[in-house]
Amino acid sequence: MAGKTVNPTRMELTRLKGRLRTATRGHKLLKDKRDEMMKQFLDIVRRNRALRAKVEEGLQRANAAFTVASAVMGPEMLEQALLYPKAGVELDVGYRNIMSVNVPVYQFRTTGSQDLYPYGFAQTSGELDDALDAMNQVFHDMLELAEVEKSMQLLAQEIEKTRRRVNALEYVVIPQTQQNIRYISMKLDENERGNTTRLMKVKDMVLQDAHDYKR
Amino acid sequence: MYKIAVLGDRDSVLAFKALGLDVFFVETEAEAKATLHRLAQQEYAVIYVTEQLSGQLQSEIAKYKEMAVPAIILIPGKTGSLGLADAALHSAVERAVGADIS
Repeated sequence: MAGKTVNPTRMELTRLKGRLRTATRGHKLLKDKRDEMMKQFLDIVRRNRALRAKVEEGLQRANAAFTVASAVMGPEMLEQALLYPKAGVELDVGYRNIMSVNVPVYQFRTTGSQDLYPYGFAQTSGELDDALDAMNQVFHDMLELAEVEKSMQLLAQEIEKTRRRVNALEYVVIPQTQQNIRYISMKLDENERGNTTRLMKVKDMVLQDAHDYKR
Repeated sequence: MYKIAVLGDRDSVLAFKALGLDVFFVETEAEAKATLHRLAQQEYAVIYVTEQLSGQLQSEIAKYKEMAVPAIILIPGKTGSLGLADAALHSAVERAVGADIS
């Protein structure tokens, strides 16, 4: 609004004052929102980091066992053993609201048999059992990681948006409105003074006309 | 009802099959992109992608970052972690806070 002329009228002044009030209140609310979101976000980031370390470690163990199994059994046999899994996983997605950001909450159900190993033990190596065991253990954490990481991404985006808004209000909207209000009230005061002076002048002229009065 | 998918090269993701996840092997970049989009449009709420593959899919993955579903999560492949997931975390923190504070 800077540079753009504003009408120096009382109506405009009232309007701007109202706007300033709204902007100040909005700024305070958004700032509180941002601060709270930031708090939650940092918690989530911490959790994310811990979970990721856990998952990576678990998967590494599983992969190591799996590589050995693959070497012992040969890739064809391995694939054959895993081709038809007995267990299945279904996922329910719910939503949780963190400061008006909807983040997913996953709930998983295993379907089919509880038996993890989809093969007979005759033709497979023990390392494969170990690998699947390790996989199974890390799976819970993997799902939680997915939840936390998605929450983190969504929150990060919302925080960025809120931060921009707060800054726009704080550094652009509020100062400009204040400046405009100042400009209008100056202008109005100036008009008022001009009017008074004019009246005094007119009074002098009228008095002089009436009875040659001179100050 | 949602499902979980795992996307990556054969050796890295085969073991997930035993857990009952839907496993998709991809070899080429174009194949990976097509599969990722296909999965995202289907009822997969969580898609795990190996870090090795994700390097080629960055812009695709970024597209889904702002949606609640699906969540695309990086996992280390058979050659171990490349630190890409950690880098993504850092960039998210930087985006939110405005400075890298960790």
